[in-house]
Amino acid sequence: MRTVKRLLALVAGFIFTFSAAPFALAQSVVGAPHPWEMGMQHSYGPIKERIIDLHNLVLAIITVITVFVAGLLVWVMVRYNARRNPVPSRTSHNTILEIAWTVIPVLILVVIAIPSFRLIYYQDRTPDPDMTIKVTAHQWYWEYQYPDQGNIDIESRIVHDEDLKPGQLRLLDVDNQLVIPVGKKIRILTNSTDVIHSFFIPSFGVQRYAIPGRTIETWMEADRIGTFYGECNQICGQDHSRMPISVKVVSEADFKAWTVEAKKSASVAQLPKIASN
Amino acid sequence: MAATSDTHSHDHGDHAHDHDHKPGFVQRWLFSTNHKDIGTLYLIFAVVAGSLGGILSEIMRAQLQFPNNHIVTEGQEWNTIITSHGLLMIFFSVMPALIGGFGNWFIPLMIGAPDMAFPRLNNVSFWLLPPAFVLICIGLVMGESGSGWTLYPPLSNATYEAGMGMDCTLFALHLAGVSSLLGSMNFIVTIFNMRAPGMTLHKMPLFIWSELVTAFLLVLAVPVLAGAITMLICDRNFGTSFFDPAGGGDPVLFQHLFWFFGHPEVYIMILPGFGIISHVISTFSKKAIFGYLGMVYAMVGIGVVGFVVWAHHMYLSGIDVDTRAYFMGATLVIAVPTGIKIFSWIATMWGGSIEFKTPMLFAIGFLFVFTIGGVTGVVLANAGIDEMLHNTYYVIAHFHYVLSLGAVFSIFAGFYYWIGKMSGRPYPEFWGKVHFWLTFIGVNLTFFPQHFLGLSGMPRRYPDYPAAFAGWNYVSSLGAYVSGLAFLVFLYVCFRTFTSKERVADNYWGEGATTLEWTQTSPPAFHTYSEMPRIS
Repeated sequence: MRTVKRLLALVAGFIFTFSAAPFALAQSVVGAPHPWEMGMQHSYGPIKERIIDLHNLVLAIITVITVFVAGLLVWVMVRYNARRNPVPSRTSHNTILEIAWTVIPVLILVVIAIPSFRLIYYQDRTPDPDMTIKVTAHQWYWEYQYPDQGNIDIESRIVHDEDLKPGQLRLLDVDNQLVIPVGKKIRILTNSTDVIHSFFIPSFGVQRYAIPGRTIETWMEADRIGTFYGECNQICGQDHSRMPISVKVVSEADFKAWTVEAKKSASVAQLPKIASN
Repeated sequence: MAATSDTHSHDHGDHAHDHDHKPGFVQRWLFSTNHKDIGTLYLIFAVVAGSLGGILSEIMRAQLQFPNNHIVTEGQEWNTIITSHGLLMIFFSVMPALIGGFGNWFIPLMIGAPDMAFPRLNNVSFWLLPPAFVLICIGLVMGESGSGWTLYPPLSNATYEAGMGMDCTLFALHLAGVSSLLGSMNFIVTIFNMRAPGMTLHKMPLFIWSELVTAFLLVLAVPVLAGAITMLICDRNFGTSFFDPAGGGDPVLFQHLFWFFGHPEVYIMILPGFGIISHVISTFSKKAIFGYLGMVYAMVGIGVVGFVVWAHHMYLSGIDVDTRAYFMGATLVIAVPTGIKIFSWIATMWGGSIEFKTPMLFAIGFLFVFTIGGVTGVVLANAGIDEMLHNTYYVIAHFHYVLSLGAVFSIFAGFYYWIGKMSGRPYPEFWGKVHFWLTFIGVNLTFFPQHFLGLSGMPRRYPDYPAAFAGWNYVSSLGAYVSGLAFLVFLYVCFRTFTSKERVADNYWGEGATTLEWTQTSPPAFHTYSEMPRIS
């Protein structure tokens, strides 16, 4: 009887878990690094999912190889030390063995290379983007432009330590977030006005340099509503560690409402920028 | 290999009274043309520069021990420290030790030549380094070379690094580059022309092969770096715009030129280590190296393929996806010859009669850490995964596993293997083993957690980081202190060795040590091989 009850509880637990899943999707999440994290940050987008899949495959392979090599080392140290094996052998060739340790690594590399080639073509750029965001890097802040939404232009700067509100993450939170709709393919165009920076958001599996004088295209997609953090990832001078990226992913309706709001203040926001140039 | 005397030698050989006549101090050490003395100068120089680079890394780890730490307060100051750390370790510590130090000491001794082909050129190539070192230090002290060791413009141009310090750093690289070029030409000529009769290319010791391949890499790669930094110096000072988009230049062009040099450079740093490790493993297993020809051509293969993979450092620089696909494939290929070497070393030990003296401990430690550094290289080669790991601490962990652990372990293996030959005195075995274990634990504790930081997305070249990264950074810093302690033990080992009253035999490693240097006295006479040895 007791076991039956336990089984029932287990089934109920499963049902609860899976029925809660759709709610979880609508709930707001936070994509940020975690203390003592030992793997990649959680995936919140289709590209990152594929990156993690490939990384898991490669990680498994390299772990096996490392353990194998370490095992061989331990074995030769134990079995062939001078006490157990006072007379060394005279072997110095074994053609079959040498061919094997050339060909087998080649085969392993082919196993890695096939999904790897597929991944880089997938993550390179998207043929049918829903919208475009122009990311311009500056020393030391980010500027986001929305050409498809009437050229909204946002400048995003770090929240300095003295201005941090409770719950805000030091060196990660910014004053104006990059706002994007959930589940949309977003074309990213990076550029810089001064030195090289790198636009890096681990949650979505996207990173590209921002280089003055050239525009680099890539894309990203968020599959959850929430807040996601990234950082500048190419040395760019004094405040390299103080130009984080924060993305607010909202529903499509919320995004439309936001664009209307943002456009209203856009003309005002642009004035000081032109003056400063 | 057995060496016999060649009777038609013109001088009077061992019978001459002035056989071991050494010149006075200034003549001997400042105007030195003797390969052994120049090798010694290089080794001392490498230890000095390595100590400074090491102090910088302890400062860096102290700053990174806690988030919001205030040991280094300014970002620019931090950037200068990391730049100097990288350049010091690469150009002024690892390369002088492995190439200038052991290369100069043992190429002539192992091929049976009386000296290098161009002894005065050898003197010049060493004495270009100290001024280069001074220039690097000026850049460091002025706090004006904060571009990272990769020197990417526009950050390294006159607008963003305005001071003279950056120019000093660039000229330092020019001098170090010329030094390497002269040294490597000397190596190539010596190895091709001055081998003892009977030592064909396929009988040459693996250390000589490794130095030969390294010398070719240097001759082909360094001029490209020299061109790139000359253009950068012109951009900074003479109004050109090679790398400035406003004048039609391209920052990515610099990256191509830099890495066309920079990738072979990492093999330049590790190949001589491969050579040393081969001799150490063979000696202490009392077996000839397994698959000699495979080992030789694996090194040649690594050298050749090393020249066609440079853009894997630039996956995110907006290069075309097909280009990335090519560089990814080519990079993965390097794992094959590297694997051949690892397996051949293990096969050399297999069936051997292994003695665990300090050099062998470092060699086995090398195999382990180099395997880890190698397999994380396979991870990073995948352009798709690199999109998440590029410029993160995963990269730092990877290249420190192959260099700070791999190359440095090979330097220590070489030091313990040959110090008796070079100085005539034994090193204290117990303290050597203490040095090994402290180093092994320290560096693994430092760099293994950095894989986790990198996977978690911590960018490199950050003086301060979000609180989430605090845990592993703390562990990593503890490891750095242990490694620092290990280095002090190494200095103590040096002290004990040089003050030792004991003397060692000509071939103190016994039957496993078969190369020509072991036929000479310890330390070798000031002029060796006045009679030509013959290889049968």
